[in-house]
Amino acid sequence: MDTADRRSVDPVVLPDPAAGLDVAPAVSRGRLVARRFVRRRLALLGLTVLTLLFALAYLSPFVTPWQYNELDTNAFLSPPSATHWFGTTQTGFDMFALTMRGLQKSLIIGLLGAVMSTALAALVGAFSGYFGGALNTILLTIVDLLLVLPAFLIIAILSPLFRDHTWIVFVFLLAAFQWMITARIVRGLTLSLKEREFVKAARFMGVPGWRIILRHILPNMASFLIIDATVNVSALILAEVGLSFFGFGVQPPDVSLGTLIGDHAGAALAYPWQFYFPSGFLVLLILSINLVGDGLRDALDPNAPVRSG
Amino acid sequence: MAKFLVRRLAYLGVLVVAATVIAYLLAATQLNPRSRYEGRNPPPPEASVDAILEELNLNDKTPVVERFGRWVSGVARGDLGRTVEGGSVNEEVGRRMWVSLRLLLLGALLGSCLGVAGGAYSAIKQYRLPDYALTLFAFLILSTPVVVLAVLYKNAGIGLNNLLGFTLLYTTGEITPGLDSGSWEGLTDRLQHLVLPTLVLMSVSIAFYSRYQRSAMLDVLGSDFLRTAQAKGLRRSQALVKHGLRTALIPMATFFAYQFALLFVGATFTEKIFGWHGMGEFFVDSITKNDVNAVAGVTLFVAVLVLIAGFLSDVIYATLDPRVRV
Repeated sequence: MDTADRRSVDPVVLPDPAAGLDVAPAVSRGRLVARRFVRRRLALLGLTVLTLLFALAYLSPFVTPWQYNELDTNAFLSPPSATHWFGTTQTGFDMFALTMRGLQKSLIIGLLGAVMSTALAALVGAFSGYFGGALNTILLTIVDLLLVLPAFLIIAILSPLFRDHTWIVFVFLLAAFQWMITARIVRGLTLSLKEREFVKAARFMGVPGWRIILRHILPNMASFLIIDATVNVSALILAEVGLSFFGFGVQPPDVSLGTLIGDHAGAALAYPWQFYFPSGFLVLLILSINLVGDGLRDALDPNAPVRSG
Repeated sequence: MAKFLVRRLAYLGVLVVAATVIAYLLAATQLNPRSRYEGRNPPPPEASVDAILEELNLNDKTPVVERFGRWVSGVARGDLGRTVEGGSVNEEVGRRMWVSLRLLLLGALLGSCLGVAGGAYSAIKQYRLPDYALTLFAFLILSTPVVVLAVLYKNAGIGLNNLLGFTLLYTTGEITPGLDSGSWEGLTDRLQHLVLPTLVLMSVSIAFYSRYQRSAMLDVLGSDFLRTAQAKGLRRSQALVKHGLRTALIPMATFFAYQFALLFVGATFTEKIFGWHGMGEFFVDSITKNDVNAVAGVTLFVAVLVLIAGFLSDVIYATLDPRVRV
């Protein structure tokens, strides 16, 4: 089979997993990564579920009869039914609408926070690795200090700060305690990239350090940063759930999956629909993000063994 | 080697002090112990509230610097101050510490050992039934927040008790009130209380470690030194344990420190849901009760735990990796 023949075959259904690699010079890196990703069935399943959850969370409020802040005074604690798909709460809120609202919050908190924390980690790690010296010492000490400080406690103490304000502050705080380990790894990667010819060439041509970092160093670890951001999405959603469970996170009247789980954990035996629907959606969400993350890792890592999935 | 460890320990000690000070200052400026007396009917006279708060070193009318100074001089003498209720933080921490440590140590030790063993086994049996089963388990556990996991285990325990017709596993507290903890009965009772919360923490650790150990072990399995070890006459199992596992354990040592801090947060949820009066509960209550001194005490405890875990991981790293000779 020569190369031309191979390309005429749909790459997704190639029986021989190694064949995709042989064609590599002919396709762009983006297509290669996409092709490797698609070949992992579990990762594709995760991506599909994630897209569906996104659509469900943001589109369902337009079609459901009840909104998350609407009371049905005729139905207190009613089990799932045709009118209330996931049942109602003690005060007559529609559980489905609440869960969807919570899902929206979790998704947005996870995505925003992950982007913030990975960006911060990339900048701190790259600057401290590239410039070294006093800057490196200061930044590494901050990293160590933040690792020793219990993040949960600090965010909880600061929770009055965002109680009356926007939840963006909360997302920022969550991100502020998520970046340290990544920053250390980025620093290590920077140290080795710094010695590479193209970086040296740029330096000898007089390109300023910050521009080398943004143009050459960070793009060269893009795969790692993308994988890290994916991992952070699920980590941040879980952190939000923990804080909101105790009332230190998203504040009423707004809801998140964490506040829903916290409010109804005690009722899990008597009124299971109040607990199991938000928890189920949460687990499904995190599971699909983790599957996507694993798939991305395999697709982006050129050294990963290719296997038929 | 000794010099390296001492320097490392000194550095970590400075970090612990810094973390505790930051936590105290944040708590002292953000929390409001006075709110405890607000909204009471009839409202207590302001002068007496001031007097009580002054005695506890919690009065927000005193400048933060002065309160901090008093707190520091207390801590220097080994006194962590008083709680909002007037009790001693030292006593609270001293009592609750052991409750939490029992959970944490059991969960961390059993969890990391089983996780490492499971991950290594999973790697050896790659793409076979045990590997798939363990991977599925790890994926499910890692996707479930500890709060949800604890509630699920608790309800499963209650379901099991109903099924059996008697209480095999207790789901609230650490001991049935009134039982003498020294007696044989007290001991079994403690054990019956301990099973479920420990299982929660163990599951999380197993899931965490087995994922990392599996990939570390897979890297090692294909290596030349393992083939050499077999070629010189070791059986495969011997070679795997002596050369494979030892090498694959090295990256795990680094995770140990990081995982321990996470485990404490996990223990907080577990304690809260299973009604244990440990440090985790103290941790959450100290914030809701605006208990400044308790917040600092808890931070010190957590920071020391992280320090010990970090130090241990350095020692393990140095012991396992023959290249580290500092």
